[in-house]
Amino acid sequence: MTATQNDPYAQASDTAEGRVFTVTGQDWDSVVAGVAEEAEERVVVNMGPQHPSTHGVLRLILELEGETVTEARCGIGYLHTGIEKNMEFRSWTQGVTFCTRMDYLSPFYNEATYCLGVERLLDIEDEIPEKAQVMRVLLMEINRISSHLVAIATGGMEIGALTVMTIGFRERELCLDLFELITGLRMNHAFIRPGGVAQDMPPGALDQIRDFVALMKKRLPEYADLCNANPIFRARLEKVGVLDLSGCLALGLTGPPLRATGYPWDLRKTQPYSGYQDYDFDVVTWDTADSYGRFRVRLAEMWESLRIIEQAADRLAGLEGAPVMVTDKKIAWPSQLAIGSDGMGNSLDHIRHIMGESMEALIHHFKLVTEGFRVPAGQAYVPVESPRGELGAHVVSDGGTRPYRAHFRDPSFTNLQATSVMAEGGLVADVIVAIASIDPVMGGVDR
Amino acid sequence: MSPKEPGEFPEVTPGTEDDATDNLPENTLPVEPEALAPEVVEVRRGMFGVTGSGDTSGYGGLVRPVTMPGGTPRPYGGWFDEVADNLGAALAEAGLPHAVEKVVVHRGELTLFIRRADLLGVAKLMRDDPALRFEFCSGVSGVHYPEDQGRELHAVYHLLSMTHNRRIRLEVTCPDGDPHVPSVVSVYPTNDWHERETYDFFGIIFDGHPALTRIEMPDDWPGHPQRKDYPLGGIPVEYKGATIPPPDTRRAYN
Repeated sequence: MTATQNDPYAQASDTAEGRVFTVTGQDWDSVVAGVAEEAEERVVVNMGPQHPSTHGVLRLILELEGETVTEARCGIGYLHTGIEKNMEFRSWTQGVTFCTRMDYLSPFYNEATYCLGVERLLDIEDEIPEKAQVMRVLLMEINRISSHLVAIATGGMEIGALTVMTIGFRERELCLDLFELITGLRMNHAFIRPGGVAQDMPPGALDQIRDFVALMKKRLPEYADLCNANPIFRARLEKVGVLDLSGCLALGLTGPPLRATGYPWDLRKTQPYSGYQDYDFDVVTWDTADSYGRFRVRLAEMWESLRIIEQAADRLAGLEGAPVMVTDKKIAWPSQLAIGSDGMGNSLDHIRHIMGESMEALIHHFKLVTEGFRVPAGQAYVPVESPRGELGAHVVSDGGTRPYRAHFRDPSFTNLQATSVMAEGGLVADVIVAIASIDPVMGGVDR
Repeated sequence: MSPKEPGEFPEVTPGTEDDATDNLPENTLPVEPEALAPEVVEVRRGMFGVTGSGDTSGYGGLVRPVTMPGGTPRPYGGWFDEVADNLGAALAEAGLPHAVEKVVVHRGELTLFIRRADLLGVAKLMRDDPALRFEFCSGVSGVHYPEDQGRELHAVYHLLSMTHNRRIRLEVTCPDGDPHVPSVVSVYPTNDWHERETYDFFGIIFDGHPALTRIEMPDDWPGHPQRKDYPLGGIPVEYKGATIPPPDTRRAYN
């Protein structure tokens, strides 16, 4: 009696490629016995797409010899939602609402790279108000922390370090609380808009940010205490998923995998955007080019992000009441959103103005909201350093009110190509570690 | 020798101070005058998007040519000229003197239109020539211009030189009836998945790709979804008695 016979949905069946076993748990003996009959045959294990260790809806096709992986392939596309296609049917501003949903762990970066591209096409790069720039940097760096926390948390969970997972999500919650305070939403903010950001900082936000930084400074060392010298953690991560500098460049890997080879390439430093040249921070590198190095890079980068957040908060304190959107009324969103007792909504003053005082203001509001602004024809590509590497939006305009084409070069998509190189020749268990060290987010991979 | 400190990278510099397409250099003779004309990719008729005609109603039947930025004459400005010189010399040496169709400088970004037969050779030079050294490719993106006769499909490559801290864009066109572009996977292995994605979404066939299969859509999916002739789809949604049409049937202002 094999386990597969009990399960009407998982029968051992004969296919053109050989027998198929569906591993459902607690049935290892029967699978081993079944495979033993065909000892000379190769074993292909299909891991995922619904598997708790594959970091999302990722399908891995592994060819095994014993416990050694001889070939590894990725099957992706399970989260493809056609965001890029949908953006071609919405206005330039509405595009933000779509692209923020791609890489759901770093929404602000999706918004930022798209908006930077649109702003370059509009030729208003120099007109973005300082406060909007600082708020973008602030939000992106909080987002970097929350994203790295998930990377470390899920990576830890996948090798059995459950405490790392629980404390990782505990701290991520603090980041999401800040997002909720500032943007009104915990994810999918659509807060960074072409021309600036959606609204000003709410009262009291700076104090909460400072509290957050102080608390993080107390809690970040916990990760180092739990992991850095932990013999099990090191044994699982060190010399696993190795990819050196030339491998990274050939396969297009950026972000922590690239910096873990010792190459200090960080777009925030090398090709600054949003005023990153005005902040004092260091580019973190490591020299082992393995999963452990990538973990250490992420851990140290969170400290650097805290430094940037502190500087941004200090600058914001001096920018009380400054504009957060370009002054060009043909681009700036007309409805002044405000957080009221019933959540975020239109400001009553603005509604009074357009409904009761000025016909022209009403026409302007209507035109800009329904039709949107026109962007001069051309194309732009302004990448940003997302937590996972180079994230760029290739934005093409035909001079209309909608993106003619918006293509996102997502670092998760590109970095995931390295799975084969990192996994082949290693053990099955190390595949999980290698993938976790790349930190792919399937929403960004499939878009 | 790779930099060990962030400060050791050369400073990133804009290739050009002003928008070079806006300059009218009377003294510069363009090599091929037709390459400098703005590229009309489509002519639209409708009620929106035309300025300066005096017709604010749109009922006169507005005609709007969709023009992409045209070629830029020398000097391009900044390091753009240096790259163009180095590439020109390398191409002449490699026996591909006519590889570059057109050079566009727009919004401070340099785009080289490459004849598709020469793409692989250009990519090799771009990566290997020490004066160019674009060792990093950010992938390929497709664009579909259905009305641009004979140049319907564009493949756009973004290259990055970490050595010189420069970015450049290569653009290749191919007609819809013959959607073939040489694969650059042998030069930039990172383009493996990117080319599969562009094939999946646009139907551009990258000749020489090791395994050009669909990557995002199911293997048996009909059509290529990002093409302009592929409908977005969707159904009307009813909410509180009102019906909201699917996005691709709503009024467009393009």
